[in-house]
Amino acid sequence: MKQPAETVTVRHLRKSHGNTLALRDVSFQARAGEICGLIGPDGAGKTTLLRILATLLVPDSGQASIEGLDVVKDYRAIRSRVGYMPGRFSLYQDLTVEENLHFFATLFGTSVQENYELIKDIYSQIEPFRKRRAGALSGGMKQKLALSCALIHQPSVLLLDEPTTGVDAVSRKEFWGMLGRLKLQGLTILVSTPYMDEAGQCDQISLISEGEILRIGTPVEIVRSFRKPLWNARGDDMHRLLLNLREHPAVEACYAFGGNHHLTLRDDSLTPAELSAYLSDRGHAGIRIAEAVPGVEDCYMELLRTPQQTLL
Amino acid sequence: MSRVFIFFVRKEFLHIFRDVRTMVILLGIPVVQLILFGFAISTEVKNARIAVLDLSRDAASRAVTERLDASAYFDVGWHLEHPGDVEKVFREGKAPLVVVFSERFQQQMLHSGSAGIQLIADASDPNYATTLTRYAEAIIADFERELQASDGVAADGLSADGQPGSTQAAAPQGIVPQLTILYNPRLQSAYQFVPGVLGMILMLICAMMTAISIVREKETGTMEVLLVSPVRPILIILAKAVPYFVLSCVNLATVLLLSVFVLGVPVAGSLVWLVLVSFLFVFVSLSLGLLVSTLTRSQVVAMLISGMSFMLPVVLLSGMMFPVEHMPRVLQMLSHMIPAKWFIIVVKDLMIKGAGISAALPEVLVLCGMAVVFVTLSLLNFKHRLE
Repeated sequence: MKQPAETVTVRHLRKSHGNTLALRDVSFQARAGEICGLIGPDGAGKTTLLRILATLLVPDSGQASIEGLDVVKDYRAIRSRVGYMPGRFSLYQDLTVEENLHFFATLFGTSVQENYELIKDIYSQIEPFRKRRAGALSGGMKQKLALSCALIHQPSVLLLDEPTTGVDAVSRKEFWGMLGRLKLQGLTILVSTPYMDEAGQCDQISLISEGEILRIGTPVEIVRSFRKPLWNARGDDMHRLLLNLREHPAVEACYAFGGNHHLTLRDDSLTPAELSAYLSDRGHAGIRIAEAVPGVEDCYMELLRTPQQTLL
Repeated sequence: MSRVFIFFVRKEFLHIFRDVRTMVILLGIPVVQLILFGFAISTEVKNARIAVLDLSRDAASRAVTERLDASAYFDVGWHLEHPGDVEKVFREGKAPLVVVFSERFQQQMLHSGSAGIQLIADASDPNYATTLTRYAEAIIADFERELQASDGVAADGLSADGQPGSTQAAAPQGIVPQLTILYNPRLQSAYQFVPGVLGMILMLICAMMTAISIVREKETGTMEVLLVSPVRPILIILAKAVPYFVLSCVNLATVLLLSVFVLGVPVAGSLVWLVLVSFLFVFVSLSLGLLVSTLTRSQVVAMLISGMSFMLPVVLLSGMMFPVEHMPRVLQMLSHMIPAKWFIIVVKDLMIKGAGISAALPEVLVLCGMAVVFVTLSLLNFKHRLE
């Protein structure tokens, strides 16, 4: 059994691509049997971080280690312990499902028969299509195949770069279900995603923006740190509504959130009724304002907007 | 590890077989090129329609005109009336060559021995113009020689006025060189381009396709997964090279069979050495392709680099089309850097001249040196990571 100690340790990692700083002083830890989410928009530095851990990039400064092995010095040893799934679909599109899986098994010095048990749960779903070329699979099936290929050599750490991007909602849900079961087998799973709503599936999340970790914690901790009242606003003309809400002096921040607008206020002096009246004066109809429960995305928006200390 | 290697090679073959279009192109290129060069693109002149401006209109000028017309090279398409028409013919692009007989052509020829024929050629295509004038000159010279050889008899028959004074002694015999053309007695262009096409095709398949297939893995992101695997990069590269090596062998066989049985270019020297040297050239090309793949990130760039820096120089600077000896110094120096140039020299030595390998040793050594340089450079350049 693996000890529940840190399997992935990252300390003060810095990395620049040319003139752009992709990572500035990133530190975090992940434990065995944990799903650790790296959450942030495109260009936040998630891919760079995962590539450094996968030994594909060398950091400018700082250290990173996987199970005590340094990602720079011991990169050969790490490569057989890590299962890596790059962001783009990285299987051979002109090979069949079966051929891809056999190829990656052989590549890592094992065979599909040997480790079938590991991937059975996932692979059995796409096995009916094993003669189909990978390029002809749907997005969800491609992800399952890619995950099977990344798991076939029994890695202890799984690095997944945006595995659910471009995948339909049902497959995304299924995919997280599979990750949950893998976690129970003791794998350390690092997964990056731009979808804030997936944060809840993780045991630990790191909110990343522009190469910096804004906040680390469990999803519950992160949401709990959001202490301000949050309102949800709807109206018939959503675009103008957003502009008018932002004009109001008592509104601190307002942003589109799905089909609604979320807004925070500078103080508690304003009531929903007063805000409704203000909006009616500006010709809005169908206004509905209610208190909302903050989610990870609200925290992210708040962290982006304000210097970190205000929330701590 | 050998199991991994076999699996890898199998995978590369699958890539090639599944991309039917590319495979057909790769296997079809040698056939198409040889047949194009052999039959369609011919630098020999056949039945060019020329114009004649005969100001003399006597027996001699007519005889020359008939001769031109009768030859396989020319058809006399237009008989012009006035000198002014010459310009018109060229302007309208009707004839590439106009033969002008001066007035009193026959008399001049018989008396002074220097009759006036003017050849006016449209040199907007200089090669064609040169060839045409050369053929016309040869026919005229032939005519003149025969005239002299038949002593005064023919001249007598030709002299319409029947003046006895015109039957003078034959003009002094000129120097007639005895030509002996070695290795390619019929001066077929096939002898020239078979080695060239061979060099070009092997370069294309090995260098370009290897570069593209490695860069494709980078582009689609599969290289990331390959790099993360415990497999050594050298194995990845070797596995990539094997299928293209096999493909090159097929092409080598195609080119040799076609040139021997269809174009009639024999393998005069040792076939074994020819094949061995071809393998050496394939190896040089493969390592060059590998070098390109380490320097580029996208298939398009790899293709452009291979196309611009391999194909064009192979065609232009390898001596395949234009003789390197007549190029400016700078280009000659540049041509030394092109592997295909050396390979083509060796193939000419071995295949056309029938020389032994010892005659081609310097070129073979140059190729060996190139192989070492390219392999070293690309191994130094190969990245075990993404950057």
